[in-house]
Amino acid sequence: MKKGDVRPDNRKLIIITERCKECGFCIEFCPQHVIAKSAEINSKGYHPVYLNDEAKCTKCDICGMICPDFAIGIVDTEKQQEARG
Amino acid sequence: MNTVNPDEAVHPLDPYLRAERIPHIWCSGCGLGLVVNCFLRGLIKSRLELDKVVVVSGIGCTGRAAGYINLDSFHTTHGRAIPFATGLKLANPELKVVVISGDGDLAAIGGNHLIHAARRNADITVLCINNFIYGMTGGQVGPTTPLTARTTTSVGGNIDEPFNIPYLAAASGAAYVARWTTAQVIRLEKSITEALLKKGFSLIEIIAPCPTYYGRMNKQRTGLEQMKYYRDNSIVKSGIDPKHVGIEFNGQIIVGRFVD
Amino acid sequence: MTERKYLAGEFFMSGDDACAEGAISAGCRFFAGYPITPASEIAERMSERLPEVAGSYIQMEDELASLAAVLGASWGGVKAMTATSGPGFSLMMENLGLGIMTETPCVIVDVQRGSPSTGLPTLTGQGDMMQARWGSHGSYSIIALSPDSPQELYSLTIRAFNLSEKYRLPVLVMTEAATGHMYEKVVIPPMNEIEVVHRRKPAVSAGKYLPFKPDADLVPPMASAGEGYRVHITGLTHDERGYPAMTAEAQDRLVRRLVDKIEQNRGDIIDLEEDGIDGAEVVVCSYGISARVSRIAVEQARAEGIRIGMLRLITVWPFPEDRIRDIAGQARAFVVPEINYGQISLEVERCACGRAETVLVPHMGGGVHSPETILEAIKQVVR
Repeated sequence: MKKGDVRPDNRKLIIITERCKECGFCIEFCPQHVIAKSAEINSKGYHPVYLNDEAKCTKCDICGMICPDFAIGIVDTEKQQEARG
Repeated sequence: MNTVNPDEAVHPLDPYLRAERIPHIWCSGCGLGLVVNCFLRGLIKSRLELDKVVVVSGIGCTGRAAGYINLDSFHTTHGRAIPFATGLKLANPELKVVVISGDGDLAAIGGNHLIHAARRNADITVLCINNFIYGMTGGQVGPTTPLTARTTTSVGGNIDEPFNIPYLAAASGAAYVARWTTAQVIRLEKSITEALLKKGFSLIEIIAPCPTYYGRMNKQRTGLEQMKYYRDNSIVKSGIDPKHVGIEFNGQIIVGRFVD
Repeated sequence: MTERKYLAGEFFMSGDDACAEGAISAGCRFFAGYPITPASEIAERMSERLPEVAGSYIQMEDELASLAAVLGASWGGVKAMTATSGPGFSLMMENLGLGIMTETPCVIVDVQRGSPSTGLPTLTGQGDMMQARWGSHGSYSIIALSPDSPQELYSLTIRAFNLSEKYRLPVLVMTEAATGHMYEKVVIPPMNEIEVVHRRKPAVSAGKYLPFKPDADLVPPMASAGEGYRVHITGLTHDERGYPAMTAEAQDRLVRRLVDKIEQNRGDIIDLEEDGIDGAEVVVCSYGISARVSRIAVEQARAEGIRIGMLRLITVWPFPEDRIRDIAGQARAFVVPEINYGQISLEVERCACGRAETVLVPHMGGGVHSPETILEAIKQVVR
């Protein structure tokens, strides 16, 4: 990369719906208020959350830090690909 | 829709967890998973060699943390995580030994071991997760339950003053003492890194929600309500003398790094 | 501090001191303890000697912490020991269970005194023998050794470490105030003449290692913390991965194996000393300091023409059921002198199954039997 190039942003929010227990922490603490409960139900009977406005998500990862269930967070997809090999 | 099929997604912390055991047993809205989350992030930032990091826990909901963390982990007897950790560290000083246990485990049955390890300035890091109650056994009063709080063994309201854990640890000789609630995730993570890298006895008291018992019996029925209460009633006062940081029922929670 | 390192030679030494030296000869490099009469001298000697051999000593705040620290040190890869007496032994029971459940090698020495409760702190007893077998909750097997002299306290401490490493459990050395505080000749052999056993280590890599998958002898290889195996160890009923498994099936598998790994290896574990049992009419069955006194009574009885044999239990647990059953088929009676109101005698009676009489010769504690008392009991039987 050289000066002036834009570094690609490979980060993305992932939600592992089977792990979500509908605690509401990420919804409350998201500074952009872009997480909400979905209408789906997972196998444990919870409504997992979903990102309702991807454009507004700043990928701050507060949701990732505050989730007690390892159900949501920002991943670097390129690093994930590398990790999976 | 950007929710990812669980078969494809790997949470970035999964390599640090025993991921085959997730979802964990903790209730919806319980703060324990959040503490494990912060701990793993703080641990990664500390750049300690993970093969040399060991987690020791006691008995209780918090005690189950050892079983979810992908490090050498020991789920020991009630109240005895700290002396077990002391033996580990003395046998192999290269180990970084972390105790993750609850308020009842560390301050009631384990109280003696807590103060002696602090007195000795044993080189271990203790995360004391305080949800003001004995959760696993069904919500009994504990050594940190605030005065007047309702529990299954204090149905008319708790009549005993709780411990002020940071004060207890500091008075016993701890080298690093901090308190955060689960609402201060970023500061908590940073504090965990500091405590891990600090030589000597470090203790972080982490106030965490128990919606199933403490919350439900004290009109904060969900973890979210308790998280909001922490967010709205915490005040950061790093450097304050820990004798001032006792917690009253539904009162202010003073957080911060008190001793370093 | 003198550079004594490893001792070898002939010494005039107390039992407690010999015990500490036995530990060091066995490779023990960690001791955590709490003062209690008559075991304090073991702690005192370990506090002095361990730094000389690059080990660690810590005095903990109580006996619960002491055994917890010993278990932790064992998982840190170091052979570890504690020593106590009755009241402290009682306090250690919960962690003893943790040690058994997690298959943690270590040695616990109980220098027994007058009991129950505070009892006779400075005087001898043998009242903890059943507690040694059943003191912790649950169904489990234990190994307990009973020396009869400071010399044997030295060598059985080494044996205790070796058995604990081989079978992966806490092993008890059950001695008494009389033996612990007795001064006698103790011969410490050169280091290269002492057999020392180490726990079996995993032969596979971390990814393939199952911490509680046993080998053919029912004992799993043991990784230490910090070796990269990322073990999970819990006192909860667990599966081969070490993870909690809250089912009757897992309980059945685990509890049976914890018991069977001792029961099936009795031949290797049990040590007995026998004298004149063949053709004997009466057999004195005894252990520890009581065995020393019994020997005098047996000789006297023999001199008076009584066909008498002696069975000394060097290993008290597992109890030599088969040997007692065999002897019960030949001899008329067992005479069991012990410094309590009947503990091992109950086992003798159980195994004799009514085919031979079991005569307890009790001493409540505070001293040892006189040989005359034991001789009198022997004569009563043959009358």
